[in-house]
Amino acid sequence: MKARVTVTLKNGVLDPQGKAIEGSLGALGFEGIAGVRQGKVFDLELSDRDAEAAKADIEAMCEKLLANTVIENYAIEIL
Amino acid sequence: MKSAVILFPGSNRDRDMIKALEMISGKPVATVWHTETSLPDVDLIVLPGGFSYGDYLRSGAIAARSPIMGAVKEAAAQGRHVMGVCNGFQMLTEAGLLPGALMRNASLHFVCKEVKLLTANTNTAFTRSMEKGAVWRCPVAHHDGNYFADAETLKKIEDNGQVAFRYAEGTNPNGSINDIAGVTNEAGNVLGMMPHPENLVEDLHGGLQGRALFESAFANI
Repeated sequence: MKARVTVTLKNGVLDPQGKAIEGSLGALGFEGIAGVRQGKVFDLELSDRDAEAAKADIEAMCEKLLANTVIENYAIEIL
Repeated sequence: MKSAVILFPGSNRDRDMIKALEMISGKPVATVWHTETSLPDVDLIVLPGGFSYGDYLRSGAIAARSPIMGAVKEAAAQGRHVMGVCNGFQMLTEAGLLPGALMRNASLHFVCKEVKLLTANTNTAFTRSMEKGAVWRCPVAHHDGNYFADAETLKKIEDNGQVAFRYAEGTNPNGSINDIAGVTNEAGNVLGMMPHPENLVEDLHGGLQGRALFESAFANI
């Protein structure tokens, strides 16, 4: 079973890396970019189990390690 | 007063810290490997600077979940004193022992320079013998020192006087909110700071202004 966790910065948290990427895209001639926020993706491979149980496990993983919930949000997708 | 420094894979300022502690306290310093699960009988536990686990995931994140950190949390809860410098500060926020988070410097550059620090709080053992409002030189060397806390947390730590040190005179090197360079927990027995006082404690360092913090800790813990 596979799952994907996406970690993004919370609204209101400054993202200087996203800003730099936005600037670089502008320098490449891409227009109309209102903003860029950088995040992280974790692809997990899990032994087969009930999807709901897996989701609960992954949520615990996010809370304990994958995300810093002071500054980051996370989303879980069972693939 | 006895102290111990915890060593993590990728710590690189541990020897500077041990040297400073030994020189100023005149006592040997214990070292503890991160896989240990108990601490020696010491009054001060120090998490040194460096790049534990190569800053993988987030700076200090993996070290903050090391086996030894259970004992560090327990010691902090019992009121023993814990200090984290640079990567050690990042670990303490990641471990939930200090509020807020340390993010990538606003400039995106690694900064290695001298800043000026203002001693903002002298109500803890770490700072009691320091002069409140005094401005002193201190080196910084980090990539992720941009202190952030949400509005509610920020208000709380400011109201409680948990900000121990601020970057003074326009020397904020990393974009930290409210120029915060170091914070304590609510009880005042856990201190984290990005600057390196251990690197300004002997003449060869070009100054001795980092000594006051250690002298205060040794006098008051």
